Amino acid sequence: MTDLTTHGAHGSEPTRPGHLPVADVPHVLRVADTDPKAAKRVERQVSSMFLLSILLVVAFVVAYIGIDKSTVVYIPVFGEVGASTIALGLTFGASVLLIGAGAIQWAKKLMPDVEVVQMRHELVSPADETAEAAANYERGKEESGFARYKMIRRTMIGAMALFPIPLVIMLRDLWSSPVSGTLSPAEILSTTIWKKGERIVTDATYLPVRPEDLPVGGLVSAVPASLQEVQHLEGNLNARGKAAIILVRMDPDEIVSQQGDGWDYQGILAYSKICTHVGCPIALYEQRTHHLLCPCHQSTFDLANSGNVVFGPAARNMPQLPIGVDSEGYLIAMDDFSEPIGPSFWERSK
Amino acid sequence: MKFLAARRRNPLVAIGLLLFALIAVGGGYAAIANVQPAQASVGSQTQVEEGKRLYLAGCSSCHGMEAQGTETGPTLIGVGAAAVNFQVATGRMPLAAPGAQAVPKDPTYTEEQIAALAAYVASLAPGPAIPTAEDLDFSDADVAQGGVLFRTNCAQCHQAAGQGGALTQGKYAPNLMGSTPQQIWEAMATGPQSMPVFSTATLPAGDKQAIMAYITNLQTASSPGGLDLGRLGPVTEGLFLFTAVFAALIAAAIWIGMKAR
Repeated sequence: MTDLTTHGAHGSEPTRPGHLPVADVPHVLRVADTDPKAAKRVERQVSSMFLLSILLVVAFVVAYIGIDKSTVVYIPVFGEVGASTIALGLTFGASVLLIGAGAIQWAKKLMPDVEVVQMRHELVSPADETAEAAANYERGKEESGFARYKMIRRTMIGAMALFPIPLVIMLRDLWSSPVSGTLSPAEILSTTIWKKGERIVTDATYLPVRPEDLPVGGLVSAVPASLQEVQHLEGNLNARGKAAIILVRMDPDEIVSQQGDGWDYQGILAYSKICTHVGCPIALYEQRTHHLLCPCHQSTFDLANSGNVVFGPAARNMPQLPIGVDSEGYLIAMDDFSEPIGPSFWERSK
Repeated sequence: MKFLAARRRNPLVAIGLLLFALIAVGGGYAAIANVQPAQASVGSQTQVEEGKRLYLAGCSSCHGMEAQGTETGPTLIGVGAAAVNFQVATGRMPLAAPGAQAVPKDPTYTEEQIAALAAYVASLAPGPAIPTAEDLDFSDADVAQGGVLFRTNCAQCHQAAGQGGALTQGKYAPNLMGSTPQQIWEAMATGPQSMPVFSTATLPAGDKQAIMAYITNLQTASSPGGLDLGRLGPVTEGLFLFTAVFAALIAAAIWIGMKAR
């Protein structure tokens, strides 16, 4: 307490003008400091806040028991909401808020209103303490024999230097296969389950698609028929993520260019559904402009013109899948994608 | 028979036989080739004539005298009655003003006039028909399956809760909260404006009904979890936090720090 100088609300301590900034500000007494009636009023105010908090907790319990969870009430502007959720939230929230508000009001209006100055010291330690710390260090060095046992010192430094190597070696798995004969990450990313003859089926309902099923202006979100056979444990979601395509049909005269000669089938084009920027699935196809818009960062691809990027941050064309029909007249893939689908990674050849 | 036998070498017989053969082959081909799912009911002749009269007066300046299309409006041959009903009954056509896309407004034509216009356009070439009451009956549809189909086929533009969203260059996918089952069917079947067509083969009637059931469920669903804030997800929720909640916190901080009187 020796460092603290208090300036009492009732003027019990002398101030030191010119030395303490707070002393320059005249201390204004609060109403409750001078008027006992006002103090009584604040006391009632604070205790009624706490009382209201108690009542709200009771209301919370009543609402929890009494309001059916499926009851819906209409609140103007906000619409129809669950009565239970709103009642529980409001009663619990307000009860906690009132405890806080009551405590603040109590502290502001009734607790002693004094300005306090705390002295600060210089941050540097006293000379004898620094000397003692240095001596401790020297003694530790001497007693541990760090300077004396050369072999221990050198092997320890060597061990410390080498232990991060396994961590670095594990990074190798990011670009090459850990076991020979298995695929490297780049190879996994570069291939999908599309292959020649693979039927194109609608996503979610797995219906095979005939060319005549798709009118000009039509759009189908599609997957390979064999996706259903890829079980979840074997990576169904990974296979879906790479193989998802969209089928669109346009007037063949409107196709300006394609990524491969005759990769369409009578104006039906198949493009990857995965954006080449950061891999969002896209199917925002505008049938009149033939633009495919990615909702994540507004990359826009022109499907009538080789899937070229016409706007946005994507750097590469949307990969196209060559398609044809099988002997039963259903649309099939003629090959896998000729380049990795989705976002860029550093081993990409193109 | 004597009458026919006596005139079998008449030159008119050849012409008659030729006409008969043409009609038989043409009609037969039309019957076989007509794999288009929904056929427009062509409507009575008077309805078609009334529709043509209305068409020439109100639509032909953009879509052409023969509905062949012009620089300012696409052809209407083959768009079907469903497209006419969707565009005109929602007030998108006639166009209020040129712009990024047609905006819905109160319809300009009466129901009978719209039916007449639809009958006229349907008489030009086959196209998607106005759905029947049976088509629009989704009472047996699976709402959950409708949700799967909606998220696969529709949510990319109309947002998972059907609130609509932005497309390129001022175009947008509309909010579906006011869409009727008939409008939903017609939009899927005809692909108005930027929207692609979802044909009967790739999205059969049962799937369309499931989607209608899902959208109707979204329209009538309350938000039991509290205020939905437009069901736009983190955008409005974040905005609400940044404005209302931050303002409340700042007000509280000011009150706590204020000198008591």
